[in-house]
Amino acid sequence: MDRSEIESKMVDLLVEELGIERDKIAMSSKFEEDLEVDSLGVVELLMALEDNFDVNIPDEEAENITTVSEAVDIVAAKLKG
Amino acid sequence: MDPKVVLVTGASRGIGRAVAEHFAARGHRIAINYATNEDAAAAAEAAVRAAGAEALSVAANVGDADEVAGMFETVGAALGPVEILVNNAGITRDDLMLRMKVDQWDDVITTNLRSVYLCSKAALRGMLRAKWGRIISVGSVSGLAGNPGQANYAAAKAGIVGFTKSLAKEVGSRGITVNVVAPGFIATDMTDALGEDVTAAAAERIAVGRLGTPQEVASVVGYLASDTASYITGQTIVVDGGLAL
Repeated sequence: MDRSEIESKMVDLLVEELGIERDKIAMSSKFEEDLEVDSLGVVELLMALEDNFDVNIPDEEAENITTVSEAVDIVAAKLKG
Repeated sequence: MDPKVVLVTGASRGIGRAVAEHFAARGHRIAINYATNEDAAAAAEAAVRAAGAEALSVAANVGDADEVAGMFETVGAALGPVEILVNNAGITRDDLMLRMKVDQWDDVITTNLRSVYLCSKAALRGMLRAKWGRIISVGSVSGLAGNPGQANYAAAKAGIVGFTKSLAKEVGSRGITVNVVAPGFIATDMTDALGEDVTAAAAERIAVGRLGTPQEVASVVGYLASDTASYITGQTIVVDGGLAL
């Protein structure tokens, strides 16, 4: 899966799982500040990423994710590795 | 009501078994956790099946992280994700404070409070996915009013109340409610151990004039687990026949 596919799937998940409006989402968007996702929402998104991409994201790494692009980075790294 | 997967910890006897039977009678699918008493668990499982419900017994020390993880895997594979969790498992190691050993303190805190953290955390993932869940922990009037000889037990049970309020605030917006049912004197093996004199003296202080039955606690747990109770969260419901008035 290349990066653009991960990005597009990520946007789908944000819309479906967290109910965010599609046109609000940019790769640079910050979850809490720009997208108004609360901290539990970020945890829920990570769970959805794990389910959908079949990867495991440990809590220590998850704590560093603040933007959509960082979430894409971590999924891309997991899929590679 | 659609059938839900219910996990009751410490369900081989007493209040836990009554809770398991209560949910069984409503057609839910029941996982019966027990620590060591295989015979009692088998009897509880038979009673749940007799009520027409699917049942599974799982041995696990609920104070142990690995055993709790294993239990949730077993239940998930056999019945599906836990939708209603009843944290009921509990022990007493009563003693006056000055005589209480560190082991007596640690054992009670581990089995009665650490277990609530471990099991609730394990159940939450599935509940968040489903955007629906019920976590009901069995507290005690001891944890609200205190009781001589039970500093360890009362601390654990009071701890459950604070835990419940915090978790209720974390997950309330996701369709998950978290509550405590706090029984007073209920006729079980745990209160039988106190002796007739103590229980007779207790009955005199109870407005209703008698000890409660496990079923009278189970029905409140059942109510809190229902869709009807969707606006009740973070609460401690006292079921004590008017003992702590």
